[in-house]
Amino acid sequence: MEDLIQVVDWSRLQFALTAIVHWLFVPLTIGISLIIAVMETIYYRTKSEKWLKTEKFWMTLFAINFAIGVATGIILEFEFGTNWSNYSWFVGDIFGAPLAIEGLLAFFMEATFFAVMFFGWKKVSRGFHLASTWLVAIGVSLSALWILVANAWMQYPVGMEFDPAQMRNVMSDFLAVATSPVALNKFFHAVTSGWVLAAVFVIGVSCIIAAKGRNKEMAKDSVKVAGWVGLAGIIFTMWSGDGSAVQVSRVQPMKLAAMEGLYRGQIGQEIIGFGILDEKEKEVKCKIAIPYGLSILANHDANSFVPGIDDLIDGIALTPQGDTINTVSYAERIEIGKAAQQALRDYEAARKAGDNAAVDDALARIKANYQYFGYGYFTSPQDAVPPVALTFYSFHIMVAIGGYLLALMVVALFVVYKKPEWFDTRLARWVGMLSIPLVWICSEAGWIVAEVGRQPWTIQDILPVQAAVSAVTAQSVQITFWLFAIVFAALIAAEISIMVKEVKKGSDREITA
Amino acid sequence: METLQIYWWLLIAVLGGALVFLLFVQGGQSLLLETRGSVAKNLIVNSLGRKWELTFTTLVVFGGAFFASFPLFYSTSFGGAYWLWMAILFSFVLQAVSYEFRRKKGNLYGTATYDAFLLINGVVGCVLIGVAVGVLFFGGQFTVTRGNILDGNAPVISVWAPSHGLEAITCWKNLLVGFTLFFLARMNAALYMMNSIDDGQKFFNVCRMKAILNGIIFVVLFLGLVAVILTSDGYTVEPDGRVVAVPYKYAINLIEMWWVLGVLVLGVVLVLIGFALTAFKKSYRGGIWWTGMGTILTIVSLLCDLAYNNTCYMPSLTDPQSSLTIANSSSTEFTLTVMSWVSLLVPVVLLYIWYVWGKMNATPLTPKEIEEDSHSY
Repeated sequence: MEDLIQVVDWSRLQFALTAIVHWLFVPLTIGISLIIAVMETIYYRTKSEKWLKTEKFWMTLFAINFAIGVATGIILEFEFGTNWSNYSWFVGDIFGAPLAIEGLLAFFMEATFFAVMFFGWKKVSRGFHLASTWLVAIGVSLSALWILVANAWMQYPVGMEFDPAQMRNVMSDFLAVATSPVALNKFFHAVTSGWVLAAVFVIGVSCIIAAKGRNKEMAKDSVKVAGWVGLAGIIFTMWSGDGSAVQVSRVQPMKLAAMEGLYRGQIGQEIIGFGILDEKEKEVKCKIAIPYGLSILANHDANSFVPGIDDLIDGIALTPQGDTINTVSYAERIEIGKAAQQALRDYEAARKAGDNAAVDDALARIKANYQYFGYGYFTSPQDAVPPVALTFYSFHIMVAIGGYLLALMVVALFVVYKKPEWFDTRLARWVGMLSIPLVWICSEAGWIVAEVGRQPWTIQDILPVQAAVSAVTAQSVQITFWLFAIVFAALIAAEISIMVKEVKKGSDREITA
Repeated sequence: METLQIYWWLLIAVLGGALVFLLFVQGGQSLLLETRGSVAKNLIVNSLGRKWELTFTTLVVFGGAFFASFPLFYSTSFGGAYWLWMAILFSFVLQAVSYEFRRKKGNLYGTATYDAFLLINGVVGCVLIGVAVGVLFFGGQFTVTRGNILDGNAPVISVWAPSHGLEAITCWKNLLVGFTLFFLARMNAALYMMNSIDDGQKFFNVCRMKAILNGIIFVVLFLGLVAVILTSDGYTVEPDGRVVAVPYKYAINLIEMWWVLGVLVLGVVLVLIGFALTAFKKSYRGGIWWTGMGTILTIVSLLCDLAYNNTCYMPSLTDPQSSLTIANSSSTEFTLTVMSWVSLLVPVVLLYIWYVWGKMNATPLTPKEIEEDSHSY
């Protein structure tokens, strides 16, 4: 049992490391592929060489980033099997489909047209090249769509049923999986946040280039495109973030409570703008709060109730319609989960014995109790509470930086159109430079909220992490974790170094097409 | 349901065949070891660099399709043969950045390091994928107990031997598969370069000699492998559901499934034609098309021989009753049906890949083109 816990912890660490590193590169790929496609469209229409050289400059940075994103992406797919083998079988009938569709529809498109985009300038027509560039951008977003369909299904499992004979979950409604509102919202949120990240990257690098005096025109043109993409991105990100909060309050109320460090909720619940979480005392100290804010965010109703962590443990929650109800406490869920698991054991024994009456009885008990199957693996209600502090701080960092980014986009567009003389100042360079790490912190914080906040579930209410792992030793996972950490560190260092050189090249000499 | 399982195994086999053909990228990377001069190395890398993503993507899609259609394989093999898959994974991670980084300023470790990564992927990735395929034919040390999911202390369904795939890497039969694939990939790589690089007669002749040499080694290994497979025991599922060992099972399958035998013979003949034309016609450039098509057909037929006719496609040497078949490891009828509708898009994907390949390879790559291309690797 002790080894199992260690295997689970190291497997979680390894997956978290891979996902965090992968997410360093994905949003930039999503956003910059769109920005490049817009630039090439302008070049196609104007035939102006300045747009061609602008596009090619960003393409070089795109390619460097794309390669390492691909490298880290394959690891995640493998790790579902290598480290979460139980998961792969228990829900593979549902989860595998989006992954396969992603590969077929998106990866081949990206891989095929990426080659045209970079090496096809003299081999295909201008129109074909433009189409290829757009197909890469579309492929990248399609890939995000299907992976987020898969991810959303883990957080809000729909379109499935449990098959006791096979002891696994099976798909019953593909459309429900593919068009889950949680999936669509996640898709918009993740993709448009990628636009924002790439826009900040382009604006930041452009500020650095402009400050050197060379290629100022190219830098300004880049900020114009990036500014509009980023502004659209941040507006959509905030809009979908609002939708996400409402969904989380309905389908993962524990995550929302952890995001706010809220232990006991109330009607007209305030939202924390800043504060220091004291987990022992179960309160947020030194806080700056907006009255009614969380009730409005979660339910779009200032006088609604938002349950806290202890409320949920005690069984006070919201219905999908947003009404406050007394529901099943976590202690009762654990009992129900254990009853479901016992019924499954009884079913298996009765089936082997050929006792049809006992089979029917067991099936009825499985059906009645399966909703809380995963709680049967817990010994205490506290086992179902996510790491509160990490979720709380990540959420607030994300929101705070998000607000700053909205202002940054507005200011960037104002400067580049109305006050171009401010563009190549030291202040602009510093703001641009410092915004680059900030947007990455914001983006990673968002993923931490989404993934840490849903712990300990791999499948919400159905399969906790300890029942999802592979039968490998903790030492094995420890070794591969450190190997990954070393390889990632080495590759990230190389990527940053190459990027810096390329940017320096852009600021030190005239860029040519 | 049975038809869907057969259909999906066929798709897996086609993807597997495409993957083995595209491993010419890895084969080409392994040729870097014996290539002298930076111009020649750059030519090889840039030629392969326009195709590496296709191989990589095919590997990912192969994995994804296996996950979607036969999840018990995914959970048993990946979770069990941990070290084998991790080694494959690491080699591909190193490859993915190497093309882009190798000649970029500021890459920290120098071109030679990234070329070494390509070499590692070329050798290790190729051989170990062969080893993973070998496990399908010659078995693995695992058990599958679905009821384990209810054991809170040890809830894992598929449990492998403690060596976790290292035993598969040291099995000579699996290594025979690995090295056969490796030399096939090297032969195909040399043939591909003859077709897609234009750097004068000397370079062409060097590639030709490499194709012939690696082709000879491949043919010898392949004949040995076929002999081993056809004389090996396989496992079959009896009508009562019991799994039993059957001597010469894979040979029997070929006799009982005449069309699989036909495809195998056709595939082998095509590979031999491509090899022979290259060996006997000094200026012949088209060998890759023959061997490429032959490779795909041969792999498809071998994978069909492996799994059809009630055969266990991954036998358990620990507990034969745990062996995987296309019937006991597949997704449900509903999921396979949904996925089958999606698979109707495969021809569209193949069509645009074919079209783009033709456009991009219409003229052979030259040193001048690399020099003039700001994005060359």
